[in-house]
Amino acid sequence: MRATTIFTATATAAGFAVLASAAGAQERVLTVYAGDYVASEWGPGPRIEELFEARCDCDLQFSTGDLLPRILLEGENTDADVVFGLNTDVTRRARESGLFAPHGQDTGALTLPVDWTDDVFLPYNYGHTAFVYDTERVTEPPESFDALREAPDDLTLVIQDPRTSISGLALALWVDAVYGEDAEAAWADLSDNILTVTQGWSESYGLFTEGEADMVLSYTTSPAYHLIAEDDDTVKAAIFPEGHYFMVELAAKVATTDVPELADSFMAFMMSEEFQQMIATGNWSIPAKLPREEWPEGFQALELPETVLFYDEDEAAQRRDAAIEAWRAGLSR
Amino acid sequence: MARRPLALIAGGLVAALTLVPVAAVLWRAGGPATFAAGDGQALRFTLWQAAVSAAVSVALAVPVARALARRAFPGRAVLVTLLGAPFILPVIVAVLGLIAVFGNAGILNRGLEALGLPGVTVYGAHGVILAHVFFNLPLATRMILQGWLAIPGERLRLAAALGLGPWQVVRVVEWPMLRRVAPQAAAVIFVICLSSFAVALTLGGGPRATTVELAIYQAMRFEFDLGRAAMLACLQLALAMAAGLAALALSGAAGMGAGLDRTVPRHDAQRAGARFVDTIAIGAAAVFLLTPLALVGGNGAAGLFDLDAPVWRAAGRSVTVALASTALCLLWALPLATRRGEVAGLPGIAVSPLVLGTGLFILARPYVNPVALALPVTAIVNALMALPFALRILRPEAEAVRADYGRLAAALGLSGRVWLIRVFLPRLRRPLGFAAGLTAALSMGDLGVIALFADPERATLPLQVYRLMASYRMEAAQGAALVLLALSLGLFWVFDRGGRVNADA
Repeated sequence: MRATTIFTATATAAGFAVLASAAGAQERVLTVYAGDYVASEWGPGPRIEELFEARCDCDLQFSTGDLLPRILLEGENTDADVVFGLNTDVTRRARESGLFAPHGQDTGALTLPVDWTDDVFLPYNYGHTAFVYDTERVTEPPESFDALREAPDDLTLVIQDPRTSISGLALALWVDAVYGEDAEAAWADLSDNILTVTQGWSESYGLFTEGEADMVLSYTTSPAYHLIAEDDDTVKAAIFPEGHYFMVELAAKVATTDVPELADSFMAFMMSEEFQQMIATGNWSIPAKLPREEWPEGFQALELPETVLFYDEDEAAQRRDAAIEAWRAGLSR
Repeated sequence: MARRPLALIAGGLVAALTLVPVAAVLWRAGGPATFAAGDGQALRFTLWQAAVSAAVSVALAVPVARALARRAFPGRAVLVTLLGAPFILPVIVAVLGLIAVFGNAGILNRGLEALGLPGVTVYGAHGVILAHVFFNLPLATRMILQGWLAIPGERLRLAAALGLGPWQVVRVVEWPMLRRVAPQAAAVIFVICLSSFAVALTLGGGPRATTVELAIYQAMRFEFDLGRAAMLACLQLALAMAAGLAALALSGAAGMGAGLDRTVPRHDAQRAGARFVDTIAIGAAAVFLLTPLALVGGNGAAGLFDLDAPVWRAAGRSVTVALASTALCLLWALPLATRRGEVAGLPGIAVSPLVLGTGLFILARPYVNPVALALPVTAIVNALMALPFALRILRPEAEAVRADYGRLAAALGLSGRVWLIRVFLPRLRRPLGFAAGLTAALSMGDLGVIALFADPERATLPLQVYRLMASYRMEAAQGAALVLLALSLGLFWVFDRGGRVNADA
């Protein structure tokens, strides 16, 4: 009886406290549109929210779903202040929409393996496409892309469809960058090894962890997850001397934002050491502005390619159809 | 007795919810666009795999349904429920289960290897068919089983009294039922397989297995070509409607006559040969359908301990959405349980979810924040998509009830309300329970439109499975998938069982 009374009193007090704070300062809200995985409890979203709210005196709200299709549909009426999680394959389309404003950050200080001078789309982390394998199953991984083409048929790969997934598209562009006119022949050589093509990365990686295929198209950073989160050092990325395709994730400020200063301070926050330290293990990617010595230990141990291949958005737009067609034709032979 | 105005409203709602969003997408695109080069090939593959999947599923379902209809054994009710499970699994979970059995590292190939036999691969066009049969054999079996159970016991007793042999029973009693039910089951499965996407891609092994739905996805999400996406969606809709109309034209009238709901032992099924055939049919179906499920369960068990609060909250939301969808779907289905109504309900399964979701987003956006409506919209869309199944289950029996008891009710001068409460609903109890179970389970497992616009606090369980996978947490994802499987089956069982209380189906 007594316990109930105390409980009720506490609950009432707590209720009033909530009401009071709601009625008090009209908190400013920063709405961030993000890719679905970002804001899930297991993505970087909750930590980003915590760190940014500690410094902004505002409420950061993630809104997830289809990123660019949604903002293109909404146009200038969008509620978004910041868009977080774009890839280079859509930046051209995003730029043409005129919905985004310059980020105002110094890109000179970025630690990317490629030059980045874009004043609208700001990178926060990166990685490279790579074929990932389990050292206990594959004892002699192919040492180059050429060696992968020549690999015996019993080495199996799972990849993603370039028409439905960003990593699949990056692979098509990777093959295009390495082999050019010879890309279709390269795909034809690979077709014996390709077990199947999945819609997205998750399905492929699931097949790989189930032991269904020897290698999976993933990222150079994937081994860091297994090393840090699972204390497992048997997952490695095969590094090819021909080079690896660069994949970067970007954020941008929305031009029609009603809280421009907040959006600006979010852009600055992304470049802060605090954010950059967090994003490595938060998003399992390499921080875009952090020297290698300061990466988490598991990341420093990663084997990374010396040659980095990258098409800027204009080149990528130009090569894309041919790269996908080479994939289709080569695998249909 | 047919409530025409209600039927018109229900049918109009289906049309409004399917055609208006597609029109909205077309309007937003500024008009239709042309098809792309690969679309013709995608169309051919789509039609081919849908036709083969439907034919194989129905052909295999006939002996299984027949065996289940004429055998009684302990655990039969549980088996019937479990056999329904593949149909309601989320695609990604089912594919992983299939691969655990038929994949390169699956138990089948390990067994073959142990015996020194060459392995088999599941990847390729046959893998697509295998997966579609896995998904749809349960549906085909249940639909045909309903047909068998609807044969009045008096018919069989009469056949026994006339001394008809097993083949004569087939010809006189069973074949007329099959000729009515099987083409309809095939048509429903054909339509389901028309919009196949992830299955065809994952097991199809590459670009040869491109479907129309994949082309829609590509146009929508990667090329922002709304015009082409809407055109492809219209094409898919037209194909499905054509298939549905063809099936309806094929199916003859019910005409089994009324019975007194007595079960009679099947005099034609007592011989050793018949017992053997039935045992094989049930056994093979159980092994084929339940082994992948068991492996999903086994793989998921370890991940159960990894699950945190967000997964359980999402599970709660999914159950709520599923129950809302079920209520809505049944309310929608009852006035439409007629021949015309079934045609009116067809677009629900045939419209591309991606185009539908985008269209609803465009329509809702000027007035409300679509994100706030994510869960109610998901419930409505899930009800819409389950509607054709509910109608397929309800319509034959509803028509039979009307044909068999309509005149009597008219002679007795029953009012519409009395007819509904005393005759119509009680006699539809079994199909209503089945339809409700199916709708609830389908809604549980469907990723649906929520993926297009959901904020983190509104995620459903299937979405959480994908999110866990995207964060490398494969083991937890399998645990969440097991929870999803258990909840889907649980809902299905509760409703289906409720419909069969006091009935010995």
